[in-house]
Amino acid sequence: MRDNPVFKIVSKILFGPIIIYGLYVQFHGDYGPGGGFQAGVIVAAAFILYSMISGLEEGRKLMPDWIIRSVMALGVLVFGGTGIASILLGANYLDYSPFAYKIYKAQHLGIIIVELGVGLTVFAVMLGLFNAFAGFKPHK
Amino acid sequence: MIELWVNVFLVSLLVIITFYIMRLRRLIGIVALSGAYSLTAAAIFVNMDAVDVAFTEAAVGSGISTILFLAALRYLPVEEAHETRYPVWSLFLCGIVGLMLIIAAFALPEFGDPNAPAHLHVAPRYIEESYPLFHIPNVVTNVLASYRGFDTLGETVVVFTAGLGVIILLTGSTLSMRFKQTATSSDNQTAKSDEETRDA
Repeated sequence: MRDNPVFKIVSKILFGPIIIYGLYVQFHGDYGPGGGFQAGVIVAAAFILYSMISGLEEGRKLMPDWIIRSVMALGVLVFGGTGIASILLGANYLDYSPFAYKIYKAQHLGIIIVELGVGLTVFAVMLGLFNAFAGFKPHK
Repeated sequence: MIELWVNVFLVSLLVIITFYIMRLRRLIGIVALSGAYSLTAAAIFVNMDAVDVAFTEAAVGSGISTILFLAALRYLPVEEAHETRYPVWSLFLCGIVGLMLIIAAFALPEFGDPNAPAHLHVAPRYIEESYPLFHIPNVVTNVLASYRGFDTLGETVVVFTAGLGVIILLTGSTLSMRFKQTATSSDNQTAKSDEETRDA
């Protein structure tokens, strides 16, 4: 499968648009269907496609394991940190109202940050799961 | 009326796919069919106007899960082990539970009934308040990330913990490997020193 030029070229053509679509789903979640969960899966799918066509080692060069593990934790930290930020600004945990003067602007900002956290965690977990399954070496 | 027929078509498709999943023995075919099952379920959700749920089902259920199953197939035999005995008691139990669920389903409120208990609690407030106050057209995102932020934080932590657990189980944590290496090297050292004392 790796030597087949059709797969290679099609995956090259698709890689960018899949990520753009993922970002659209991520940041357009409050206007249309979508959000962090779906966007994380879609962006992970682009990297999984690359790994499946070019091989797991190439995929690991593109997105090393330590970055995947860090991004997994980073997403949760972004979400939890947003709550801490609201406490520091004098509101309840995960209350977005102090982020801006107008309440709807504050809500938009809070939702975008929080969804970004969800997206990062889901993306890294999906990619990490695929790498773990595909690179699994059974013990004898 | 068209919606009803689309639903009848999709649900019967689900039943046919389930039947083939039961009959099929080749695991790769079963994985492909379960992806098709998820896609059909996503179509049913679209038909019910639950676009966000449909989106998630299509991306996670028929996309990523299928790929993860395919990746796991590498370590499994090509065909399912052949089952020769017929588990009568399991069939009996499944029949009884299925019958109970069907009877219970008749007591459920009609689909889209505005007076259903689920639509009388906080949902009207979300729908009325969401756009005028927050200017966010997609109520689902607003409920998910704003009204129910704590739930979503919990879900994210669950995804993180589950992913971490599976990754550590499959790849082995680097910490325990380091412990094992130091343990074996110290064992070797003690063995060597034992030999040395014996030689002396």
